[in-house]
This record gives sequence, structure tokens and C-alpha cells, in this order.
Amino acid sequence: MKNLLPINRVLVLIAALLMVSAYFTPLWQISLWAPQYPEGLNMKIWIDKLSGDVDIINGVNHYIGMKHIGVEMFPEFTYLIYVFGAIIGFGILSAIIAKKWMVYSFFGLIVLMGIGVLVDMYIWGYDYGHNLDPTAAIKVPGMAYQPPLIGYKQLLNFLSYSGPDIGGWIITVSALIMIVVVVTEWRRK
Amino acid sequence: MKTRMWLLAGAAIAMAFAYGCKPKGAQSTISGDAASKVYVPPGQYDEFYNIVSGGFNGQMSVVGLPSGRVFKILPVFSVHPENGYGFSEETKPMLNTSNGFVPWDDLHHISISTTNAEHDARWAFGNANNTPRIARVDLTTFKTVEIIEIPNSAGNHSSPYITENTEYVVAGTRFSVPTGSDENRDVPISTYKENFKGHISFISVDPESGQMDLSFQIEAPPFNFDLARAGKKKSHGWFFFSTYNTEMAHTLLEVNASQKDKDYIMAVNWKKAEEYIKQGKGKKQSVKYAHNVWDEHTHTGVSTIKNEVLVLDPTELKDMVYFIPCPKSPHGTDTDPTGEYIIGSGKLAAIIPVFSFTKMLKAIENEDFEGSLQGMPVLNYESVLHGEVQKPGLGPLHTEFDGKGFAYTSMFVSSEIVKWNIETLEVVDRVPTYYSVGHLMIPGGPTGKPHGKYMVAYNKITKDRYLPTGPELAHSAQLYDISGDKMQLLLDFPTIGEPHYAEAFPASLIMDKQVKFYKMEDNNHPRALKGINDARVERDGNKIHIYLTSIRSNFRPDNIEGVRVGDEVYFHMTNLEQDWDVPHGLAVKGANTAELLVMPGETATLKWVPDRVGIFPFYCTDFCSALHQEMQGYIRVSAAGSNTPLKFSTGEAE
Repeated sequence: MKNLLPINRVLVLIAALLMVSAYFTPLWQISLWAPQYPEGLNMKIWIDKLSGDVDIINGVNHYIGMKHIGVEMFPEFTYLIYVFGAIIGFGILSAIIAKKWMVYSFFGLIVLMGIGVLVDMYIWGYDYGHNLDPTAAIKVPGMAYQPPLIGYKQLLNFLSYSGPDIGGWIITVSALIMIVVVVTEWRRK
Repeated sequence: MKTRMWLLAGAAIAMAFAYGCKPKGAQSTISGDAASKVYVPPGQYDEFYNIVSGGFNGQMSVVGLPSGRVFKILPVFSVHPENGYGFSEETKPMLNTSNGFVPWDDLHHISISTTNAEHDARWAFGNANNTPRIARVDLTTFKTVEIIEIPNSAGNHSSPYITENTEYVVAGTRFSVPTGSDENRDVPISTYKENFKGHISFISVDPESGQMDLSFQIEAPPFNFDLARAGKKKSHGWFFFSTYNTEMAHTLLEVNASQKDKDYIMAVNWKKAEEYIKQGKGKKQSVKYAHNVWDEHTHTGVSTIKNEVLVLDPTELKDMVYFIPCPKSPHGTDTDPTGEYIIGSGKLAAIIPVFSFTKMLKAIENEDFEGSLQGMPVLNYESVLHGEVQKPGLGPLHTEFDGKGFAYTSMFVSSEIVKWNIETLEVVDRVPTYYSVGHLMIPGGPTGKPHGKYMVAYNKITKDRYLPTGPELAHSAQLYDISGDKMQLLLDFPTIGEPHYAEAFPASLIMDKQVKFYKMEDNNHPRALKGINDARVERDGNKIHIYLTSIRSNFRPDNIEGVRVGDEVYFHMTNLEQDWDVPHGLAVKGANTAELLVMPGETATLKWVPDRVGIFPFYCTDFCSALHQEMQGYIRVSAAGSNTPLKFSTGEAE
């Protein structure tokens, strides 16, 4: 098995190091707009915490019986930092060792993590939107409030948006770099 | 291969831009001629008087429509240092209650007097929400002339709605409370269902003088009574009260009072109640409440404490109270101009139910009941229903009418007003409000004769509408043109206090009836002066009475000596002017009270207890003439026990 092109070794290292930003930037965001919130409400999801208008969103959502969003709601926050660390470590290692199979594995890990996170978010969103307090003040028959996975969705008087934040985009860039690496290495055999 | 990579990159960029496509802010678009529709040229008048509740400022404001200009802050339940209301000796009794002097209240709703279900605009009524009272304002003087306290009530929210000839003004209690003797009232809160009662008061209004009298109360179940409307025309003789917390919860109502799918509109046959009273079926109950009346001739309020109320028990007296099931925690209950339709706005409901008065009578006649509440019939929802407005919006609160067959309902949660056809129940138009409209108002809207030209939205949230003023913002209102098929936003204006309900009527009804000044010869104030010659100072024990006149541009007397520290000094000031728009003010240095603002021909009294020796100036606060700055005087205060002789003078120099 051949070694990597020198340029691809550098790219793999860059991709791995870019992912370090996940520890310093928000990865995902959920926004809400309503007639009385023209400026919008924004919640940011980090690797191990939440920030933004979480309290206001909780205040609004309790009328329809949605659960209180808090750090304790997401066990992911306790282990995601290690998962990321392992993947980044593996990336750096594959840049040093520079074996093709390692680079492919690194790319595979990023993709698996991405899919894992999306599936996880969908499951959380389903529960958050469907599993409502039966004693809630406002009950609209047949209405569920599952937030969109990616993109926009109208929920009663709120338009909601879900999508990557800075950290999420940087990881996307890492993934794109890795696609370049994987494709060029694949064509080289 | 390269193209595919570009495609990928392109997709990523597209996603990034998707976020930029978030919805536009709520900057409204005003179409071309809006400005000319609200422009009242200099020298011309607004078309409508708009009497607007001030909410937590306890006052009313007087606004012109369509300009949105504020003409007056009219003090009702709150002291008003600006003109001495609640500070002068004459006005203090107006704010007396069974709890003593109360300087503030929360005024939510306005009713303008009607005859044959049309505005006659003789009086404006307002409710005090906190210490339950109803006030009557004379619309020829724009003065609060009467305040009556409501016993057995707590949170006078379902008030002051009136019958079509202003026979009665009602007061339904928001908080049910235990009533009766001390023993009956000192009960555990957890015994709510057994011991608490929701009293509904009917206060009669004298058709000539307007004077109010607590006629009778109905002892209703311990629900929260929210709002009310009288029947009119064909439904005259009935009154409709919305109720929530029919769960009868006494804690965490946000959750516990929102559990039932339907609460009730309570329909009261008040003609039947009158019959029972004639038959002597009411029970007298011992209570304590204040009744304060302003006398336009003595320019003085008199407070009387009353001790009795007549109570009717609807569980024993049949055919007087019925319950109409209404989804879900209804806020407004409104009757259309014909009196046939009763609209319940369930603030948590997904539809708006419209009830038919004719069907209600039929259901009562056929005893078409789905059950009973403590012996009072609950009518069948379906039997009374005219129909439901489907998908109207979120959070319906109140409905007004244009007299052209349409109803307009305010939607708090979806922040819009929805126009719908009363007969067909179809939604025909909707406009956004900025933001979260509470009450809405059409001139004449609650009467049998609406003027369907303008509509005002009184909003609960302001946010970005005006230049920001720190954490507390003016409440916003919007004026719409509703003369066409589509509602059109014309104007966005800030308001005073926190407006809840308001009413408006054509200016022509009252503008020529305005009192311009009080006639000197009609002034029966016991300490009034009819001319400058009687100006004097008298000592009566430790009381000093200064009989003071004001006329452009002097006070008489203006040099006063012989007052001692600890004396009670009363300035009885008579404004001798007999011309429009010449009030005189009076302010005394260090006085622990407000100024007086005395209208021409009026007498008012400022009390001052000097606490130190010295010379104290007093002056006129209302810029009355070119020599206003010369309108001043001095009062000398000597030590307690000193023997400085009592002296007063004007225009005497050494």
C-alpha cells in the first residue's frame, strides 16, 4: 500500500486540526421567529453546553407542555468531548503515519460521527416535539412540535430553523477537505 | 470529477446562504395615502373622541382619532399631582374606600353610556381592578364625579359593562373570595370549592343624574369572571359573563385552570332578577363599602360608607342564571350589533364559537340541558351554537363589530386581527399587529350602531416600534382603515400607561356641550370667595384658614404673617376668572403635597403643616398671563408658641 502524497498529508493534518475548533465554537443552532419575536430567538449547541436564549425558549415552550431544555437533558455533552478527541487524534496520527487505509478510516469516522449526530438529534427532536406534558395550558389537537432536522418549519406562531453553526461549518470544511484527499488518493492507485 | 467537487462546494455555500433567507422583520408596508388619512390639518378637529383606559396608571386618556393625539390624562383611581387630584382636601374623599384612602388602582375597561344601544356619551365608566370600584366620569367636564366600591368582590375585572340604556353597570369578580362574617371569611384556602363565592354586582345608574347605586348582587359559583357584555335589542334583558377556572383551582392557575376543554359563558336574565327583587326574594347582607360623589357646586367630594347589599341566590331562584359551555378559558364575550350573536373568545381554543340568542332561548324553553351546576342549568353546546369560526388564528381575545355584518377578533399569540363574516363564519381578511394585540376597538363597536371606519389595536408588546427608552417602553397602538374590504394599516402611535379596553364615539356628540368654566354664582363651596374684597386669613385654634383669590396676575392676600410651626394651614383658593382656559395653580415651598390646579370659578384647598421657621414663597404654576412670573406671595412662619400677630395684606408697601 502506497503512502500519501505529501500535499494530502498536510491536508489531513489541516482537517484534523480544524476540528479542534469544535471545542471553542458552537456546532449547531436552532432559531425561532414569531410575530412578537421579530428579532428571533437563538439557541446554540456546543460540544458540552448550550448557550443563547435557552431560558426564553423554555418559557415560551412550556405553554404547550414541551420539556425544559437544559444541559442535563443531553448525556451527549458528557462524552462528545472524548469522541471528538479520539477522532482528531486519529486524524493527526494518520497524517503522521500517512497510510491510505488510515486516511480512509479517518474520513469514515467523520462521516459516521456526522450521521450519528443527525440521528441522535432526530430522536431527541421527535421526543421533544411529541412527548408533551398532558397538563399543558395550550393543547392543539393533532399538533406535534418536532423541530426541523435541517432547514425551516412553521410550528404554530413560530417559524423554526435548525442548522449548523460556525463549528459545524468548520467540521463540514474538514469533511470536504477529506473528500478531496480521499478522492485524489483513490484515483492515484 | 472536478465538476462534482464544485457541485459539492456549491451545495455547502447554498446551505450557508439558506440561513440568510430567514423571514423579514415586521417592518410594515404603508400604502401611499395612509398619511393623508390620519392628517388632521391645523385648526381642524379629530372626528372621534377615543377614551382609553390607562391600565396600571389608574387613569383614562383622551385621544383623538384618526390622529392618535393625546388631549388629556384624566385621573380616576390614581392621584394626579399635576392637578392636585387626590391631594386637595376636596378630592381626597373621592379615593376613600372601606380600606381608607387608596391612592392607586388598575383601570382596565371603559364603557361609554348608551341610550337604545347607541352612544349618548354622557358618561364614561371605568373599573378599578385591584380594590374593586367603578367610577363615572362626566364627559362635559372630563372629571371623575363618582366612585362606588364593590363589596364581596376581589379583582373587579369583569366590569364596567353596561346595559343598552345604561340601566345597569356590572361588576363581576375575577377572584372568587369567601364572604360574610369574619368567621366565614377566615377559612383555609384549600376549602376554595366549599367556601369561596363569585359575586356579580348590578349597579343601577340614574337616567338623569347618572348617580350609581349598588342595586343587587348574584352569588355565583367560585369561578373567575373575566369579561362581560349586555345583550342588546332582541337580547336586551340578558347579560353574558365569560368564566374561566371553572376547575375551581386555587393554586398554579396557569396549569390547573387550563385543564377543562370547555368553561362557561354565564347568561344572566336580569329582568328576572328584578322580578325576584320586587317579590322580596333578595337577602340583605351586611357589608362595608364606600360611595363617593363629587358635587359640581361645592366642588367637593363626599364619601359615605354603606353597610348593606341585597344578594340573590341563583341556586334557589330559578330561571335567572344559565351556563353556556364555551371552549377554552374564554376571555372576551361580545354581542353583535343586532344582539343575536354572542361570541366567546376562548384564549386557548383553536376555534371561535358563535352562539345564537334565539337558539339559547329555544334551548331554555325546551330544557335542552346537558347537566346542571349547583342546580343551575348547563345548556347543550350544540343546541346554542350558531357555528364555529375555523382556523381563525392563535389566542383569540376580543371581538368588535363594524355594523356591516363583520366581526373583528384580536389574536394575542399570532399577533393579528382577523376579520370574519358573522353569518357565514368565514375568515375574510387578516392584518398583523405590532405586537400581540390585547383589546381592539372600533368607534361604536360594542353598541348597536358601530361606525365602521377605523379600528385601533392596543398592543401588549412594543419592542422595536419606537425610539427605545430603556427597559420600560410605551405601549403601542395601531390604527387601521376598515372602510374597505381589506383592512389597511394607517398609523402606529404610543399610548399612556397600559391601555386595555377603550371606546370611541363621534366628537359631535359632546364637543359643543363642554363646560368652559364654572359660574361664580353657582359656587357653593363653603369657603369660596366671590370677590377679592373677602380675601382674608383666620385662625381657629391651631388651624389657619387662608381665603385666597387668584386672578390675573395676583394672589390676595400675598403677604401673610403670624403662622406658627405645627399649625395646620389651609389655602382655600378660589379662581375668580370667568373665562375659558385660564386655570391658576398654587404651589407652596416644602409642602408635602402636590400643587393645586384650580379651574375658573372653582375653589380648592391645599393643606400645609409647616415644620420650620422661615419665609415661604408660593406661586402660580400655570402660565396664566404675561405677568405670570409676578404672580407670587410670601408666608412667614414663626416658632411654635411665638406671638407674631396674624397679619395679611396685598399691595401694601412701606
